[in-house]
Amino acid sequence: MNSDGDLVIEVADLVRKFGDRAVINDISFDVRRGETLVIMGGSGCGKSTLLRHIIGSMKPTSGSVKIFGQEITTMNEREIASVRRRFGMLFQSGALLASLTVGENVALPLLQHTDNSVDEIEEIVGEKLQMVGLSGFEDLKPAEISGGMKKRVGLARALALDPELLFSDEPTSGLDPIMTAVVDQLTLKLTHGEHMTAVVVTHDMTSAFRIATRMIMLGHGSIVAQGTPDEIRNSPNPEVQQFINGEADGPIPLNLSQEEHEHHQHVKPRPFVGARHRFHRKTG
Amino acid sequence: MLKNYLRLNLSLLYWVFVAPFTGQFFSISQIFRQMVFIGVRATSMVALTAFSIGVTLAMQAAHSLQQMGAEIYVPDLVMLSILREMGPVLIAVIVIGRSGSAVAAELGTMKVSEEIEALEVMAINPVQYLVVPRFLAMLIMLPALTIFGNYIGVLGGWAVCRFALNFNTAGYIMRALGSAETWDLYSGMIKSVVFAWIVITIACNAGLHVEGGAEGVGQATTASVVQALLAMLVTNAILTGIFFFGA
Repeated sequence: MNSDGDLVIEVADLVRKFGDRAVINDISFDVRRGETLVIMGGSGCGKSTLLRHIIGSMKPTSGSVKIFGQEITTMNEREIASVRRRFGMLFQSGALLASLTVGENVALPLLQHTDNSVDEIEEIVGEKLQMVGLSGFEDLKPAEISGGMKKRVGLARALALDPELLFSDEPTSGLDPIMTAVVDQLTLKLTHGEHMTAVVVTHDMTSAFRIATRMIMLGHGSIVAQGTPDEIRNSPNPEVQQFINGEADGPIPLNLSQEEHEHHQHVKPRPFVGARHRFHRKTG
Repeated sequence: MLKNYLRLNLSLLYWVFVAPFTGQFFSISQIFRQMVFIGVRATSMVALTAFSIGVTLAMQAAHSLQQMGAEIYVPDLVMLSILREMGPVLIAVIVIGRSGSAVAAELGTMKVSEEIEALEVMAINPVQYLVVPRFLAMLIMLPALTIFGNYIGVLGGWAVCRFALNFNTAGYIMRALGSAETWDLYSGMIKSVVFAWIVITIACNAGLHVEGGAEGVGQATTASVVQALLAMLVTNAILTGIFFFGA
């Protein structure tokens, strides 16, 4: 179980700096086959940036990211493309192509990367849309459906090639509670039944505890806590408790003004001295 | 900026001329779709522009040439100006304003709404999927529109000669055809192909490198129009120098 063959993602000593400010500050973790890793943390903590490094669309300042045992940080575009065929990604907004219909969006990876006939592709598209509860929506344009529906189409598209690994950026935000449960159950079914591995970035604590086999909480670009859902739920760390219980008061600083931020730096020195002008910008 | 542009051109050459031999074909249906957007829907604007230019050239020529009693040369002047300069340049201007800006805005919107990134993550190369069909469509449609515009421009000249000067239709056609050589047409066509390349690569480059939301899309669209106009006009001067002033 713990042999290297089971490691789907290995992130080691990952650092990414914008100027002097470290958005990702020495992060290491592994993800094994069949696991669902939930990455959580406040807005601007570096979750999305971390995800972009794992999928190879951003290059780190230092450190290594391996997917399926292959180092992705030093690959050229063609090598990255061959790795990307093995995983699916659901974007926060869905990122559907506006000029194509829902059906064409889901069919796109199949048309580009398989030799299936048109009939076979139509069948797969119908099946994937049924999985996300959108049968019969094939001929609508993305502009004609709601935000939550777009996200579900994005999920159907991410699953079109039956990936071994699924990345989801906020899969349940904007979905109603019932649809959230449906999407969560789909993730559970795929990871348990099909041995798919999932990496989910989310704010939604109900959903996070429902699907996670392991959780990582990020803050200021570093890992604040990690463990199983039970370990996280019982964590003595007040930052974790504040976050999972959604409390306004606690150790996590909110909307720091520039002066407060400088004060904060004296208390807790962090390597973004000299970048205070940029601190207000959200990077998440 | 310039580095991005050169990289796009190299990548484009790879996907058009090299990749098809390794089994990675571009989509033919996408090219036809873009030919409709870029070319077919511009025909009415091109026709109106070309007709106005033909009429204007003929009136100006008639005014000057009449003073020397040489209005017989009006068709020659209309024909040569349109084939060599006015046709290729003004139709490129129309296409820059209409289709170049539309391409920049479309790709820019796709960039800011994460669509381009989604393509990359699906292991679909955005240059192959988005730029190649637009590039080939432009390379076919701008010269086609130029030939069409040339006809309409010469028709505009005929309208002036026939109704305001003492020409009959046959006389106009004979004069016009007699004055032009095939090189006059070909030089205009070569220009038109070069302009097509410039216009579409600048528009796609501007769109693919948009940053910063709706405002960025607006700026990129404006920049693509301005840059394409300048590049096209400078190139035109250089090509005219090579074609008609060279050794």
